[in-house]
Amino acid sequence: MRTKIQVQNVRKGFDNGKVHLQVIEGLDFEVREGEFVAIVGPSGCGKTTLMNIMAGFLAPDSGTITIDGQPRMNPNPKGVLITQQGSVFPWLTVKQNLMFGLPDELPNREALADEYAALVGLKGFENNYPHELSGGMLKRAEIARALVVKPEILYMDEPFSALDALMSLRMQNELLRILAIEKHTVMLITHDVEEAIHLADRVLVLSPRPARIQASFDVTIPHPRRVSSPEAQALRVAILKELGVAETV
Amino acid sequence: MKGLKQALPSIIVIAVVVGLWWAVVVATQSAIFPTPWQVVTGTLELARDGTLWEHIGASLMRVGAGFGIAVLFAIPLGLWMGWVRGAYVTLNPVFQILRPISPIAWIPIAILWFGVGNASPIYLIFIASVFPMIVQTTAGVHTIEKRFLRAAENFGVPRKKLFLQVVFPATLPEIIVGMRIGLGVAWLVVVAAEMIALRSGLGYLIIDSRNAGNRYDLVIAGMIIIGLIGLMLDGFMRLLESMKIVRWRYAH
Repeated sequence: MRTKIQVQNVRKGFDNGKVHLQVIEGLDFEVREGEFVAIVGPSGCGKTTLMNIMAGFLAPDSGTITIDGQPRMNPNPKGVLITQQGSVFPWLTVKQNLMFGLPDELPNREALADEYAALVGLKGFENNYPHELSGGMLKRAEIARALVVKPEILYMDEPFSALDALMSLRMQNELLRILAIEKHTVMLITHDVEEAIHLADRVLVLSPRPARIQASFDVTIPHPRRVSSPEAQALRVAILKELGVAETV
Repeated sequence: MKGLKQALPSIIVIAVVVGLWWAVVVATQSAIFPTPWQVVTGTLELARDGTLWEHIGASLMRVGAGFGIAVLFAIPLGLWMGWVRGAYVTLNPVFQILRPISPIAWIPIAILWFGVGNASPIYLIFIASVFPMIVQTTAGVHTIEKRFLRAAENFGVPRKKLFLQVVFPATLPEIIVGMRIGLGVAWLVVVAAEMIALRSGLGYLIIDSRNAGNRYDLVIAGMIIIGLIGLMLDGFMRLLESMKIVRWRYAH
């Protein structure tokens, strides 16, 4: 598989009054086309900053990010960011939200919106407003709104953290089901190691701030994965160890 | 039935106030201050000869015109000031200076500029209601959550769409709040403005009733009608708040 995203020596710091806070220190990694990479790291290690840089909302102080060999520019629909708080517009219906990113002159935009609403299991809720939906349904709407514009990359920053454990697991399975239909390159940031193992092809562990890549784990367990399987548990222990949490199987 | 139950305590309070009023007037044997019943008969008298409706219509027309012009002026201006930093920095200080000036203080200038016709009160209403709406609309744009603007940026939509589908609807709840405040102030001011000149309107009714033979029953009738119409106007504005497109903001 060819390289989709290349991150080279990316550094980012913030000046908070007189104090300089170095958040990211020389990050290097690659993501292959169609690969699902999860990034885990301790809280406050700069994961969200990294994601904002990757999606184009922040510029790195130095270093480069290239996508398909081209330097990363401003945010664009080729890579859609999905965050924990979500950003489904509450003043638009589900369908209007789904059509938001589609150009007005696209003739089949309504049909596309309906198709993706159905894909994420929101058939029958197209004309509902977001405040009439549950947390899980809102997440589905957000994923559908991202997918309908046919992005090449999905940037997911703790997408399911605000959901309860059961709904989070359900949404993970949903995501895998959808990704099996639509092959996307995915970057997922999570603090949930099991979620990372459940979903990703590769798990990168970030060090505490300033963030560097501390370890990388390939997840070769075939789908559908059971997080309770011995292999998955061994991987979980190994990743947790990198994060400084000692645990026995 | 539930609505009645909720309204019951305030109905009781009003009944007690009216009862006290009646009792005090009777006890003091006031020759000039009317009993509630005299207010009712006075109101009926005005309603029967049609002047009541003329006064109400005149006041509402002035409020409608002044407030309407203010809405057309304030919403685009507020959106512009909210979105374009330079416009905010330039214009906001001017409006902050103009805003605390009571519309009553404008009366001499209004008469100078517009004479004693309808234009003066309409101008005063405009001046009174335009600033709260500008301020509220601008604040509404400023408080749009970053996550929504980011999402819009991510999808790379054209400016027109960004405005129509994100900035305007995101600000709409604040605009409606501004309109409620603006209409409330407009109604306050129309009565004050009509006390100065003119031959119609509820403000004129009050002043004229006093001057033409101490008809305090009509003075109080005018006051109560002003209060009731103000309540109704606010009720109409509240209907706007129940629109589905803005309910996300008021629901929680």
